[in-house]
Amino acid sequence: MAIDTQMVKKIAFLSHLKVEDDKIAGTAQEFDKILDWVGQLSEVDTTDVRPLSAVNDIDLICRKDEVTEGNQADKILKNAPVAEYDYFVVPKVVE
Amino acid sequence: MILEGKTGKWEVICGLEIHCQIISKSKIFSGASAKFGDDANQSVSFVDAGMPGMLPTLNEECVRQAVKTGLGLRAVINKYSEFSRKNYFYADLPQGYQITQFVHPIVGEGVVTIDLDDGSTKDIRIERLHIEQDAAKSIHDMSPTKSFIDLNRCGVGLMEIVTKPDFRSPEEAGAFLKKLRSIVRYLGTCDGNMNEGSMRCDASISVRPLGEDELRPRAEIKNVNSVKFAMQAIEYEAKRQVEVYENGGEIEQETRQFDATTGTTKFMRKKEFANDYRYFPEPDLPPLVLSDEFIEEIRRNLPELPDAKKVRFMETMGLTKYDASIICENKEVAEFFEQAAAGHDGKKVANWLMGDFFAMLNRKNLTIENSPVSAENLGKLVELVENNVISGKTAKDVFEIMAESGENPEKIVEEKGLKQVTDTGAIEAIVDKVIASSPDNVAAYRNGKVALRGWFVGQVMKESQGKANPQVVNELLNRKL
Amino acid sequence: MTDITKLTIAETLGGLKNKQFSATDLTKAYLKSMEDNRDLNAYVLETPEVALAQAAQSDAHYAAGTARDLEGIPLGIKDLFCTKNIRTTACSHILDNFVPQYESTVTANLFNAGAICLGKLNLDEFAMGSSTENSFFGSTINPWQYERKLVPGGSSGGSSAAVAANMCAAATATDTGGSIRQPAAFCGVTGIKPTYGRCSRYGVIAFASSLDQPGPIAKDVRDCAILLKSMAGHDVKDATSVDMKVPDFAAVIGQSVRGMKIGIPAEYRPQGLNEEMVGYWDKGIEMLRQAGAEIVDIYLPHTKYALPTYYIIAPAEVSSNLARYDGVRYGLRVDGKSLDDMYINTRSAGFGKEVKRRIMIGTYVLSAGYYDAYYRKAQKIRRLIRNDFIEAFKLCDVILTPTTPTTAFPIGDKSMSENPINMWLNDVFTVSVNLAGLPAMSLPIGLSADGLPLGLQLIGRAFDEETIFKTAAVLEKEAKFERLK
Repeated sequence: MAIDTQMVKKIAFLSHLKVEDDKIAGTAQEFDKILDWVGQLSEVDTTDVRPLSAVNDIDLICRKDEVTEGNQADKILKNAPVAEYDYFVVPKVVE
Repeated sequence: MILEGKTGKWEVICGLEIHCQIISKSKIFSGASAKFGDDANQSVSFVDAGMPGMLPTLNEECVRQAVKTGLGLRAVINKYSEFSRKNYFYADLPQGYQITQFVHPIVGEGVVTIDLDDGSTKDIRIERLHIEQDAAKSIHDMSPTKSFIDLNRCGVGLMEIVTKPDFRSPEEAGAFLKKLRSIVRYLGTCDGNMNEGSMRCDASISVRPLGEDELRPRAEIKNVNSVKFAMQAIEYEAKRQVEVYENGGEIEQETRQFDATTGTTKFMRKKEFANDYRYFPEPDLPPLVLSDEFIEEIRRNLPELPDAKKVRFMETMGLTKYDASIICENKEVAEFFEQAAAGHDGKKVANWLMGDFFAMLNRKNLTIENSPVSAENLGKLVELVENNVISGKTAKDVFEIMAESGENPEKIVEEKGLKQVTDTGAIEAIVDKVIASSPDNVAAYRNGKVALRGWFVGQVMKESQGKANPQVVNELLNRKL
Repeated sequence: MTDITKLTIAETLGGLKNKQFSATDLTKAYLKSMEDNRDLNAYVLETPEVALAQAAQSDAHYAAGTARDLEGIPLGIKDLFCTKNIRTTACSHILDNFVPQYESTVTANLFNAGAICLGKLNLDEFAMGSSTENSFFGSTINPWQYERKLVPGGSSGGSSAAVAANMCAAATATDTGGSIRQPAAFCGVTGIKPTYGRCSRYGVIAFASSLDQPGPIAKDVRDCAILLKSMAGHDVKDATSVDMKVPDFAAVIGQSVRGMKIGIPAEYRPQGLNEEMVGYWDKGIEMLRQAGAEIVDIYLPHTKYALPTYYIIAPAEVSSNLARYDGVRYGLRVDGKSLDDMYINTRSAGFGKEVKRRIMIGTYVLSAGYYDAYYRKAQKIRRLIRNDFIEAFKLCDVILTPTTPTTAFPIGDKSMSENPINMWLNDVFTVSVNLAGLPAMSLPIGLSADGLPLGLQLIGRAFDEETIFKTAAVLEKEAKFERLK
């Protein structure tokens, strides 16, 4: 699977990362190498193998419906780069 | 709905996706309060704020509410379900992903029967119901350059209900939304208030020439947040698409926004520019496995739902299908009715309820919960008429007094001396007096001018100050004239 | 008195109990060692005020006879664990000046047991790396042969270096693909990655959630056992933590391994493996045989696919776990004209090269059209890898392998900085364990000809850390490895 510059741009956009124009070709090459290397997985026959996502075979244990946290806007906003009137502030979002 | 185009008849195909906020004390994945009317960022946990190292824990009540709703939709409850992450960047999404269910939802296929205006019913198939977290709600119109983010709503539990593309008209979609709202309110799983955003709807719409089997590309209309808007949006969008096709154009899969002020839909984005959400299994939450006992216990405690109640009211309380549908749409109305009708003629109570009673609530801008006329008193009023204590006409006056004062009708009738006269002797005296004082009219009546009969009744009632029992008056007049 | 910073936790607890020294004396000695060794760049934040306040409390507990399990033991905390009111950065620019308002469960457990926080330890940014060279605060230097400027391993390189240089009694660490075991091996110290679900991940900044597991790095096997007992336990705040009784791991130390079956996987002896490593592995096998254990050949046929599998699953989770760093609620913000610009500027400036690489690979393998070929395929092979271990453990009780293919390499090594895959190969013997969710320990076995430590790895069944501790204690006793003085 060859990674082209279009693909690098798409992945960068989805990742919300900037890849400078002069780095795109190099990135595409590097990804090609890496994907080629992980591509060796295709040699393994995985017919009838169920994907494994949770490794420890436990079921989800639910929490009781209780309010245990809140009234802590100060703590929530403590690390905010910009906050006004107890709101986080960002550049205007055009809906 | 069949649209008459220039080239022929067109059929509209529509499916709905409805987001219902789950009624619970705390959020679906955190211990913060699910009530979010508070001051900004107060109902927020570190989990909701997407702080580093924070992990979600699932609220049992949200699971129970989803199962309850699933049972209310006559749907398959999946004993095994999984959570997934839906990845996209947005100011209202602190984690950068939404925890939702993708491949394995908690509820599978079901069915909702809708009632149409012509008295017919139709089954709408439910595709699935899954649970997920709500996004935050921010303020974008407070400054020309800034948006203000409030995470209070972030993480409130949602049920997303997806229908099959079974709607063929705006009316069907409207009837479905009303029915769904009624079901979740009966169940107490969502308050169903579309105008407050606790129930939100997206509609997928396509059209095709009548008789064609293939589904054509559809437009998804976002945020049609009332029954009326949903119906308007479908109607407008269907007509728009027909026009595009008939002018030689094509419809591409796209997302559109409904504009409530103009009643039109406008283009938002093409499907190909839509986000690639990169769903994958949520590694922080193991699979959710429900036991039979858990599901059965919910099933056992399920309240009577509108359809069942409707049938019961028709069968045991003498209501017509139409009356029963109206009364059962709202759980509180149905309960009020049942209380008022206990021991009385159900049909008569229903007439009162749907007539003077609703008119009074409308006039006073009240809901049934804070009606000045209690169910018990409405029942008593009907009983007074049934027992000939007051006439139907007097009852209307009594009702108005009840609506003002909240008083017991018996007390009103007693205090104001409105009891009707059923004493035949007393009425007979009046009848005799009226006959004696109008010999001309008596002669005319006896000569065939039967229309005069009403005049005699009126005179008797006038003489009795409206208290004479009309039935007795009629009998006496029959005999004496 | 000998330098008290050289004592193990077990010895230190004895000294504190017998009033040979106070917790305050001990803490001051460690603070002094931290100061003397600042050129190693092991700590990214020293917290002497916190440490001395905690030490005073510990002394009060000793005086009152209410000493807890770890009373007065000064620890270094990997800067991936959120510590309430103490800056926590994951050694990333993007978490500049982030001060958590909450405490991770593991550190809370340790401090509630009386442990003392000396400061926050260096790591590869978000624990992605095998050398600590990816830290925003610069690389930590391996205390072995300081002048050679070798890496301490990673990602828990600050932890392993600090323990090796006696800058803390022990340290917390985390392991996603080898991040406890590889640095422990490079620095001649002992570390255990517990079974997935044994320790809570709550408050540990996530790297790859289905693989991450906190654990200790310490001076010896017993110290690991003592620490793990306090760190572990079911936590309702982490749905993946397992409700299992936490045994007294130290109780098995000294027990015989006679009759136990030690599995030796053929796949871990590839052509061209470092001769010295092979030699020490064979030596370890011989030690256990001498101690009465039975050596059995086992097969883990999917071993060669473990690294590529890992480099699909881990980046996929990274791409999602690191989406929250957007400059809105905490950490670095680089302004932009629009919200998207602000996100992109912040993330582009805030993340380092390796982190960005993994975010993008992860985004790719999850994206429409590639999910099945990469992510889903990797999940399937992950099951095959786990099945290999399930089969192997039918034949043996514990598995013995090398921890790493090599000894510590120099900072700035060209072959690794130019080709990321070469760096990733450091984890070739360790990643399978994370994919299978099993416990594994690295302990030092000896020195290479040029005087650098080499480690052996013991892999156990899920939730059977005890067998690892028992076996490791036997090897440790035989190996007589000398820690740095």
